[in-house]
Amino acid sequence: MTGNFFYFLTFLTLFAAIGVVVSKNPVYSVLFMILTFFALTGHYILLNAQFLAAVNFIVYMGAIMVLFLFVIMFLNMREDTEQHKPVLSKIAAAIAGGILFVVMIAALKDVNTQMTTTAVFDSQIGMVENLGKVLFRDYLLPFELASVLFLAAMAGAVMLGKREPGEQNRF
Amino acid sequence: MSSASNAYFTNVFIMNDIPEVIRTIPLNYYLYFSTALFCIGIIGVLTRRNAIIIFMCIELMLNSVNLLLTAFSSYRSDPNGQIFVFFIMAVAAAEVAVGLAIIVMIYRNVRSTDINILNKLKW
Repeated sequence: MTGNFFYFLTFLTLFAAIGVVVSKNPVYSVLFMILTFFALTGHYILLNAQFLAAVNFIVYMGAIMVLFLFVIMFLNMREDTEQHKPVLSKIAAAIAGGILFVVMIAALKDVNTQMTTTAVFDSQIGMVENLGKVLFRDYLLPFELASVLFLAAMAGAVMLGKREPGEQNRF
Repeated sequence: MSSASNAYFTNVFIMNDIPEVIRTIPLNYYLYFSTALFCIGIIGVLTRRNAIIIFMCIELMLNSVNLLLTAFSSYRSDPNGQIFVFFIMAVAAAEVAVGLAIIVMIYRNVRSTDINILNKLKW
């Protein structure tokens, strides 16, 4: 049952990711991207990482994808606005990506992923309670530094998005 | 339980507590899946010319790495990997905010998000 669900989510993710790459309209790309993130949230739930599932759902699907959608609608992009690369370079890019995939699979095919010695398997590590304890005990300094990073990113985004004093209002 | 994944947990005492996906799906499947997702992202970066689509393909690659880290963390029952994924998500959120601000600024200056216009830094 869970195995079938895993395969379903995997194919859904790959299908939506290919949809992001090949769809002509940027709005469709964003919608496929949301589908990809939805399937990845399902993967996190299957892996019993419920905190990450919630964060992925709220931060990626809720915040980041809405930001993308806003920007695309704000810039008023349509299908005909994007010039396409020549077919030859597209084929070359696809071949390069495919060759990278084949090489990675060949390298990872014989990798030994067996567990070494796990005395006790704790399936509850992905819960909010346990992750919070680890986060605020062992990773307190990086957590606080992340807030500084957010402050810098917010100031940078506002600075970049602000109009220059002499700039005319073009749209 | 399938016999293929039996070898993963030879020394585990609590068997019924393990999530079913960890018992039935080998970790290698997650490796292959993340590799495929990463390569789709790379193909997207190489084939498209719209800067926003390229940005989304980079997000795709970030997410494939996140999923693999989470899979390793869950299979090994080690919370540190999931903390790392949390920090990657935090940095990705900041990166998206700044990157989209840059793209909007570029659009305001050259009225396009085509990356081939912006090839002054290429060489």
